[in-house]
Amino acid sequence: MIRHLFWIGTALALVALVIAAVAFGAVPIPLGSVVDGLAGHGDPAAVAIIRELRLPRVALALLVGAGLGMAGAALQGSLRNPLAEPYLLGVSGGAAVGAVIATTAGLGGAATLPLAAFAGAALATGAALLVARAAGGHADNRVLLMAGVMIGAFANAAIMVALSGAPAESVRGALWWMMGSVADASWPSVAWLGAYTLAAGIALLALAREIDVLALGAEPASGLGLDAARAGRRIFLLSSLLAAATVASAGLVGFVGLVVPHVVRGAGVRRHRPLIAGCALAGATLVVGADLAARVLRPPGELPLGAVTAMIGVPFFLVQLRRLS
Amino acid sequence: MLVVHYRGRPEAALRDVSLQARRGRVTAVAGPNGSGKSTLVRVLVGAQPIASGSIEIDGIDARRLGRLERARKIAVITQREEPVFALPVREYVALGRYPHEGPWRGATAEDESAVGVAIEQAELGALADRSTQQLSGGEWQRVRLARALAQGGDALVLDEPTTFLDIAHEMAMFELFAAIARAGRAVLLVSHQLNLVARFADDLVLLHRGLVVASGTPADVMQAHTLEQVYDWPVVVTRDPAHAGVPSLIPLRRPRSEAAQ
Repeated sequence: MIRHLFWIGTALALVALVIAAVAFGAVPIPLGSVVDGLAGHGDPAAVAIIRELRLPRVALALLVGAGLGMAGAALQGSLRNPLAEPYLLGVSGGAAVGAVIATTAGLGGAATLPLAAFAGAALATGAALLVARAAGGHADNRVLLMAGVMIGAFANAAIMVALSGAPAESVRGALWWMMGSVADASWPSVAWLGAYTLAAGIALLALAREIDVLALGAEPASGLGLDAARAGRRIFLLSSLLAAATVASAGLVGFVGLVVPHVVRGAGVRRHRPLIAGCALAGATLVVGADLAARVLRPPGELPLGAVTAMIGVPFFLVQLRRLS
Repeated sequence: MLVVHYRGRPEAALRDVSLQARRGRVTAVAGPNGSGKSTLVRVLVGAQPIASGSIEIDGIDARRLGRLERARKIAVITQREEPVFALPVREYVALGRYPHEGPWRGATAEDESAVGVAIEQAELGALADRSTQQLSGGEWQRVRLARALAQGGDALVLDEPTTFLDIAHEMAMFELFAAIARAGRAVLLVSHQLNLVARFADDLVLLHRGLVVASGTPADVMQAHTLEQVYDWPVVVTRDPAHAGVPSLIPLRRPRSEAAQ
């Protein structure tokens, strides 16, 4: 029962938030005109604002949330760590380093940027896993997180170093991007993120049963005939690709991957196939809502999206940490 | 029939072990800590590569079987397993069907019936909808057993399945193992509980430093001098007062003068 309520309620909330996010802005558009504008009727100026400014932004927020939600669910399950998520594991930080290096090298296209971010993410996660293993923290959830947070801090430092020689104007832009933002959304970037999210999302859904088995632990998983090390790597890489693609198009948006899987599991969705799908839906809802909040809370300025999600995520993290210990 | 023959590095946990577990029988593996019992289980799970030697399942070299095929033939319950994310008991047991599933295929009627039978065999009917995080230690071990039963196959390997259980739960588990063997499976049981093993096992293999020290019926294997050497502790072997012909082990206290040193 609660499960059905979750699916229906979240879907309705997403639709409502999308409409609200399209309507709200420097030029408010009445709700009636939103539907007309989406269909291409009515005031040409409103149509242009909706189609070229508001809608890409909402679509980007939706995809970022879906990707981060799915990555969080897959990482938590396969690592058996309820605190795992791309941002805290240093995946996003590594992706940001990759993206900054690619941008300064002039490879910042909508197609190539995610790949550079992915390379950075893969390196960072590999490093985090190695550090955690060297610290002998395989059994302890918190060691991997500490390693991830450290790698993330290092990634931040690396970005600062890379930007220290750059002109002031691009530093300001990059800073905004490090705080996470979907303000610069354009249809090409939406299309590329959509392609990456769809491909990696479908792959994760196909591997969802493996995540169910991995969540039992490496030895029980082996006993069920799963090559646990290989399956774990594969899921880790796919989640990193998802996270990296979101970082490449919207910067660092933390804690979505942490909060969303807990909420969806709390609604009674336990197996990873429906869980990952549910996290895509709930993640999209959360980020569309968070971006709307970022625009509404302090007009006429905007709050950074990453700051809004962190305001939600940090208290949540602390509650989870308490529950763990 | 399962033959394990594993020979490794000098410091290997299993140096030269050969044993078999037959259908319809409980075969117990005992030995002190570090004797190689858990390594044996890890080898059977496929989590530990074999340096040399072979595992045969029904006369087929296990390495020629794929991982999934092996899992369809041998179900293993490892020593420790802590659930991180709660699942309803029935869905947890259904994970035992993983080696039978395809990537996109839902549960078939065969899967559902295997899960139902396993839940019944492990006497879990009343708990089927409970969350795995709301189980007592004894219930959790029975739920794990049900998952292994749902996995199917002819062999069941259990590594210390009754650790942390009280007497009643431990006895109930051993009765279940015996019933599972009587129903036709080969049950390979790694256990420290020599006195229970003596009652329930048909065959006993005693390991020490990666070698088989003795094997045969529990009465043959549980000789005081053998056990004293292997466990490096004084013991007396008497007869089980409740079961004729079954040996019973009593570890002794050290003589007072020795203990004082």
